Amino acid sequence: MKKLINDVDNVVNEMLDGMVAAYPKYVKRLEGLEVLVRAGGSDGKVALVSGGGSGHEPAHGGFVGKGMLDAAVAGAVFTSPTPDQVYEAIKAANGGKGVLLVIKNYTGDVMNFEMAADMAADEGIEVDKVVVADDVAVENSTWTTGRRGIAGTIFVHKLAGACAEAGGSLADVKAVAEKVIANVRSMGMAVDACTVPAAGKPSFDLAEDEIEIGIGIHGEPGVNREKISSVNEISDKLLGKILAEGIYNAGDEVAVMVNGMGGTPLMELFVANKHIAEVLADKGIKVYKTLVGNYMTSLDMEGFSITLLKLDADLKPLLDAPADTPAFTQF
Amino acid sequence: MSSRIHECIVRIGETIKDNKDFLTDLDREIGDADHGVNMARGFTAVEDKLPADETDIGAMLKKTGMTLLSTVGGASGPLYGTAYMEAGKIAAGKTEITAADFGAMLEAAIAGIQKRGKAVKGEKTMLDALIPAHDAFMEKANAGADLVTALDAACAAANEGVEFTKTIRATKGRASYLGERSIGHQDPGATSATLTLETIRDFLKE
Repeated sequence: MKKLINDVDNVVNEMLDGMVAAYPKYVKRLEGLEVLVRAGGSDGKVALVSGGGSGHEPAHGGFVGKGMLDAAVAGAVFTSPTPDQVYEAIKAANGGKGVLLVIKNYTGDVMNFEMAADMAADEGIEVDKVVVADDVAVENSTWTTGRRGIAGTIFVHKLAGACAEAGGSLADVKAVAEKVIANVRSMGMAVDACTVPAAGKPSFDLAEDEIEIGIGIHGEPGVNREKISSVNEISDKLLGKILAEGIYNAGDEVAVMVNGMGGTPLMELFVANKHIAEVLADKGIKVYKTLVGNYMTSLDMEGFSITLLKLDADLKPLLDAPADTPAFTQF
Repeated sequence: MSSRIHECIVRIGETIKDNKDFLTDLDREIGDADHGVNMARGFTAVEDKLPADETDIGAMLKKTGMTLLSTVGGASGPLYGTAYMEAGKIAAGKTEITAADFGAMLEAAIAGIQKRGKAVKGEKTMLDALIPAHDAFMEKANAGADLVTALDAACAAANEGVEFTKTIRATKGRASYLGERSIGHQDPGATSATLTLETIRDFLKE
């Protein structure tokens, strides 16, 4: 394993300090905790708290700031943060108007965030939660723990965050988050696996000419393995599965995210987006806004995911609203 | 002077740490390659925090559970944390335990895991080792066997449970995303649960 690290056990700690050193105007760290909160506090508005395992940077700490998150909790690499850490984040972010937890649908994340919510509720803090489950690679059935939460989570941060910033109540903010969750779908693939620093070796092995379709964001293997093909063909597969959901139809307007997994050059993401834009245009689906970049990564994994969010007159202004965070800024 | 329950918990931690890579490798096959790493981190913290002279078994287990809860993370943190804390409630105030006590503690731990994880037997989780272990334990204990004899039966059943997890597909946890591809692999959580029971048995035999 070759990594730019000092100490395997100290990577998350050093990363958080490095983020604070880079963005002191945006974020500060709660002392002794793996939690980043807004440098200016969150008084007088509903607070959004998210987080999860580390290794998905810039998610989630990079989205703490005006118009998006109020606090982000960083667990160990690919490991949900513990209830005590989430609880401290809730307490710190609470500006008196209630707190919404944005949880990605993983067994550990849901358990730890729910325990933290119980602890905060016991203290009289108004807490509610939404669970993002946008990954169409996983069948949503009694046979699985439910669909995973992946890159679509960023749209939940953005739109629910805009609602909170505009003075929405906890119920309003939750309703926006739920609406985004109902209208957002994603699917990803890997050209090559990632290496968790503490594990020291790749999370799965792929032959030189193999790719993994339907991967999650934790180095877990995908739903099937196949020979590599052109990025257009791969994009067709991912997009085909997303469109098969029946949510996105001719005449609809969508936001598109082409998200890099951490080890794939932007050049390749733009190549993918050229084709995605053409396919959507062919189908009469209008692209209102496109985001191309590394938003929800998986360490050094090579690959990408596609996310579509169906928009309407309520969601568009929230997508367009200003945001000012380390990893996403628009005016 | 270190109490017996302190020694026992330290011993469980040593087993987990000795098997860190093994458990992580099992998790790499069907999960996210962190089970051994996370559990080892948790038990390192447990060793640092446990009062060596505490003789109250319930208090020691509660402290162990709370420490695991705040250091392991993932799904294993809440599940193992809850298991130790629930077992600790049954053992509160006790400085030694009988077979009947242990049976009740194991039952409480399993109930806690089921409540937190919303899982049942047959979903390729730690319950597939623990529930048969508890059944086998109670059968022996109800027939008048002592703690160690009953634990021998429990460990044998837990190992069979681990073997059983190889034959089924996961429907809980990250392994469930693999669908049929999870068949053929043993469950890391069932494995660490079995290692825990074996360590307790071996410790009591000494």
